[in-house]
Amino acid sequence: MLALKFPEINQLLRWKDLFPGFNKIAIIAILATVISIVLFILATRRPTDEAPKGARNFAEVIVEFIENGVIMQTMGKDGLGWTPFLLTTFLFIYLCNVPGIIPFFQMPATARMAVPMFLALLVWVVFNATGIKHQGVGGYLKSVLFPPGVPKALYILVTPIELISVFLVRPFSLAVRLFANMLAGHILLITFALLSEALFQAKDVILIPFGILPFFMLLFITSFEVLVAFLQAYIFVILAAVYIGGAAHPEH
Amino acid sequence: MEALSLLIAAEEAVAADAVSTGEGLTAMGAGLAYGFAAIGPALGIGNLVGKSVEAMARQPEAAGMVRTTMFLGIAFTEALALIGFVVFILLKFA
Repeated sequence: MLALKFPEINQLLRWKDLFPGFNKIAIIAILATVISIVLFILATRRPTDEAPKGARNFAEVIVEFIENGVIMQTMGKDGLGWTPFLLTTFLFIYLCNVPGIIPFFQMPATARMAVPMFLALLVWVVFNATGIKHQGVGGYLKSVLFPPGVPKALYILVTPIELISVFLVRPFSLAVRLFANMLAGHILLITFALLSEALFQAKDVILIPFGILPFFMLLFITSFEVLVAFLQAYIFVILAAVYIGGAAHPEH
Repeated sequence: MEALSLLIAAEEAVAADAVSTGEGLTAMGAGLAYGFAAIGPALGIGNLVGKSVEAMARQPEAAGMVRTTMFLGIAFTEALALIGFVVFILLKFA
């Protein structure tokens, strides 16, 4: 009746290469990097003894959010040295998520698996390296595979589970969580946009007023995506902080 | 009468671009995969957030800590539903 045809997945996610190997996703990723660099260069330009204003105020809010909202909650005071790493990760992910709802971009860069997968592998390397640096290879493996406080007989069960969950499931779930959340949001937006477009242009006049329903849903999901873009960046960073903190200071 | 003719037209349209049984089963499997994957996390997240709100209401000074732990718990629980969503994507589009 409406002949609504959902487009192919490649039409939703693949963009024409501007030149080989460089497309919209790459533009968004580069913009995210450039914006965060410029923000912090602007913030540090003035001498530090003046009262902060403008870009500096804004940058301080972000740094304080990472310090109080992420690091102090998960790693405590010793983790404050990790602020730069977590701050850049957070800003990059957030600025890659947000184009999903910005007109003319309309595509979160993290909805392609390459970006979240690389970030997850980066976190994997960082938390394993932290563990090895703080406890040595043997000590780190021992604290991961043979957690203290478990009865000896249970190690048959616990060790394989820990091996899989720490070294395989952690990076996998980090990457898939970010990717699937952003992709789901993108597809939801497309679905309701298509539905309201089809209803507004329907041949039957009776159907046209009903187009307002999916349109309101579209508005609602767009504002929901504002929240999701922030929340996913926050969750990614907080999990990274938990993994790093756990590797640096194992429970005794 | 108009409704009836519309219905007939719709049926003809459906018959015109009929898909094979295999494709239909794949589509059904894709839908069911996500639907079933969402049941557990739905119960889990509902329980988790409810309990967190209760804890925050009882002890507002611990709200910050509870909130962080709540987000961590949501992230772990939600992963299951999202894996179901990835299965849906793989079945439907890949």
